[in-house]
Amino acid sequence: MTSPQLRSAELGVADESVTSPDQAGSAASRREPVWRRFLRRPLGVAGAAWLALVVIGAALAPVIAPYDPQAQDLTSPLSGPTMSHPLGTDQLGRDVLSQLLSGARPTLVGVAAALAGWLAVGVTLGVASGYAGGLTDTVLSRVADLLLSLPVLVILLVIFSVFPNSLIAPMAILGVIASAGLIRVVRSVVLTVRRELYIRAARVAGLSHARIVLRHVLPRITSTVIVQAALFAGVALITESGLAFLGFGVVLPDPSWGGLIAEASQALSRSAWLLLPSGGMLGLTVVAFVLLGNAIRDISTESWSAPQLASRRAAPVTAAGATGTEPAAPPAADVLLAVEHLCVAFRDRQGSRLVVDDLSLVIRRGETLAVLGESGCGKTVTALALISLLPPGGRRTAGRVLLDGQDLTLLSPREMAAVRGRRIGYIAQHPMISLDPTFTVGAQIAEAVRCHQGSGRASARKRAVELLDSVNITEPADTFRRYPHQLSGGMLQRCVTALALAGDPELLIADEPTTALDVTTQAEILAMLARLQRERGMSLLLVSHDWGVVASMADRVLVMYAGQLAEEAAAADLFTGAAHPYSRGLLASNPQLAVPGERLPAIPGSVPARSWPAGCRFAPRCPEAEDECLAGPIAIRAAAPGHFARCVHVTVPEGVRP
Amino acid sequence: MIKLVLYRVLWSVPLLWVVSLLTFVLISLVPGNAAQAILGGNASAAQMSALRGQLGLGQPLWTQYGHWLGRAIRGDLGTSLVTGQSVGSILGSRLTVSLTLIIGGTLVASAVGVLFGIWAATRGGALGRLVEVGAVVGLAVPNFWLGLVLIELFAVSVRIFPATGFVSFGQSPADWALSLVLPVVAIAAVGMTIIAVQTRDSMLEVLRRDFVRVLEANGIPRRSIVYRHVLRNAAIPVVTVIGITFVGLLGASVLVESVFALPGLGAELTTASAQHDIPVIQGAVLYFTLIVIVVNLLVDITYGLLNPRARVS
Repeated sequence: MTSPQLRSAELGVADESVTSPDQAGSAASRREPVWRRFLRRPLGVAGAAWLALVVIGAALAPVIAPYDPQAQDLTSPLSGPTMSHPLGTDQLGRDVLSQLLSGARPTLVGVAAALAGWLAVGVTLGVASGYAGGLTDTVLSRVADLLLSLPVLVILLVIFSVFPNSLIAPMAILGVIASAGLIRVVRSVVLTVRRELYIRAARVAGLSHARIVLRHVLPRITSTVIVQAALFAGVALITESGLAFLGFGVVLPDPSWGGLIAEASQALSRSAWLLLPSGGMLGLTVVAFVLLGNAIRDISTESWSAPQLASRRAAPVTAAGATGTEPAAPPAADVLLAVEHLCVAFRDRQGSRLVVDDLSLVIRRGETLAVLGESGCGKTVTALALISLLPPGGRRTAGRVLLDGQDLTLLSPREMAAVRGRRIGYIAQHPMISLDPTFTVGAQIAEAVRCHQGSGRASARKRAVELLDSVNITEPADTFRRYPHQLSGGMLQRCVTALALAGDPELLIADEPTTALDVTTQAEILAMLARLQRERGMSLLLVSHDWGVVASMADRVLVMYAGQLAEEAAAADLFTGAAHPYSRGLLASNPQLAVPGERLPAIPGSVPARSWPAGCRFAPRCPEAEDECLAGPIAIRAAAPGHFARCVHVTVPEGVRP
Repeated sequence: MIKLVLYRVLWSVPLLWVVSLLTFVLISLVPGNAAQAILGGNASAAQMSALRGQLGLGQPLWTQYGHWLGRAIRGDLGTSLVTGQSVGSILGSRLTVSLTLIIGGTLVASAVGVLFGIWAATRGGALGRLVEVGAVVGLAVPNFWLGLVLIELFAVSVRIFPATGFVSFGQSPADWALSLVLPVVAIAAVGMTIIAVQTRDSMLEVLRRDFVRVLEANGIPRRSIVYRHVLRNAAIPVVTVIGITFVGLLGASVLVESVFALPGLGAELTTASAQHDIPVIQGAVLYFTLIVIVVNLLVDITYGLLNPRARVS
């Protein structure tokens, strides 16, 4: 047996996974009754069935037990399993099955007592703590701390000397002491519920606190509490058996599961069989509680949970693209990166889904290419596919990525790792979570320097400070020693940039580098990126949804819609003569071009989340859509030299081939 | 950080006081007293009251507690009512045995648990499922039962280890180690599965964070990301669980000591409880509580070392 505190570690683990999802779970619960979803979980059903069997067996023990549990038969002690004694006999010839059945009664009563104390104190104090907040919360949290600091089993031993031969009171007290974990879990759920609008509305509407708690708060914590209760029941069962093993609670010769294990231990030198029925019964019942709890937890989190994470190692590394029919054109000398016919698919429960569809692009040396589009158009996925770091579930299904003519998709993981940082650097959207919070920013930049240059600690440190200086950090040596949480978003984005520059990359991918920052900082970061690019002759792939950013930075722009190229042109051409209605819509809805007093135009609707339309993907939202747009896939047409758009309205100029 | 440690140390004073008061009140409720336990059932009333007076049991409860508390503050835990030995010397040697068992168990559980957790998180597949199954089984196997099975397998069937008993390190280091193997394995098993699950879950959670992608995208090798960055971040909740495991093993030690007949604190506490030997019970409970407090303090300090955000606040 282990004391409840150890077991409650497991409860604590369950904590995170059961607190948030119940809202989302309720959507699924409307579709199908809970019991039917439960029936689809064989392990949960098996657990419930076993528990039912144990309870029925305990209740009917006097009727169904084949023997009187105390009846001795000294002619056949320690018989092992036989026809007349299916689970054998103990050293006094008593029938083990009958003893297990009648021993289940005090055992289950003890568990019920512990559960009652645990629920009464845990739910009450947890709700009070979370709902009332303030001083009540502080005091109750201290009480929970105190309970967690008590050596539970030791206290129980003392209590058993106060209530000798009694089981219910000590087990109830066990429940009270162990309820500290439940108090914390319930408190955290109630805290989230309390902040929600409808609870606030109910308060403003004048509903009494009792009513709000009963009608609105309690239903929300029910599934969490049931899951935790199933696990705690297992803990209580083991604790109770341990105490009975030591001779507390149920006193011999009255049978209990723990007592039976104690008796088995005395006969151990003569027969080991006796350990199995008692230990097996105990173990199976605890497993049943755990499986039941897991099943209930899974049901309440069902529709919420993310698609199964594939381990990176398991993700298949496909070789060259399927569209390798056309011979690789010799790259123009000034082309740094060429992406040809890239396709990326994501697999989830509903099957495979194409997120990037036949995308090709070219970045020249020293050039800035902006990829523009709304959220969900595949911009970030495209950027990550270039460095083979797609999120779990994502896979490049076709296409080539040529860096200086070398096909990156043919590289082994080890070779690809050598490209990252050294030839291609990467800055992400959210600087606040882009660095490891447990290391100083300097340590992380210096680590990158060491990886790329193989230099010693001291010189890596010196180089890291230089890099911090180069991204306009005024006190680089001081910033070197800071942890990420001590720096502002703008400062952190500079640090991430320094990290990305540590390997002197030829291409920097900046994925919405300023989206999470305020406007002044945005301008500073963009100016810094532009300067670094100029100084280093670096190419820049800038992912953005902001025309302002694109206008100030980009040489050329690639507009993406629904995983496809919608339009590609030099930045100036796009601003003056966008050919695709989507580009025009984006431009018109740019707040920086807004006319005061007039309503800011917006593109109606949003990017389709799951399935793309068969024809032009933008057609459902397009003001100029015609029947022709819906007929079938739209080809890319050239509007002018170097200016392409995927739209039927584009007129192809004389002498230009798409 | 220093503030936090100070706060914890100060907080431990009222905690110890509350626990001692609670224990005292509880034991005083017991029908019967130490005089009965010493003299047995056949003693005359006169003998009883004489001994009661001698032991100071005739005084009001609060006076008794006051005396005890006054001495305890000066570090004197009194003498056993039954044997007359000082509580400090009775518990001292037993504390060594219990702590050896508990610390050994925690170390084994942490090392094996963290290793399996890392494997399950980075390789997934069959090993991941094994850790999942192990977690359920680990919860369900009572350690006293596991201890008995280990005795049957490795001391009765195959005589590798002694079945029960304890040899002190001074007597024979080799026998000392042998006598501890089975108890440590029995006590470590449950904690090991819980630590493995926690390690796997928190590593998987950290692997999904943005900084992992940014570091990998900028050329930090996968090995360094997993074992330096992810492990360090994932260790923060794992340390908490290891602390909880240690506290849990305090309780488990009572049972495992009983199975393997080890002369530890738990065995002494069980005997003292039966004899109403209040000073010994008080002493043992205080020792246990003190250990819990020290462990929680260590967890907090480790937490601060791992998590720079906890250091400043």
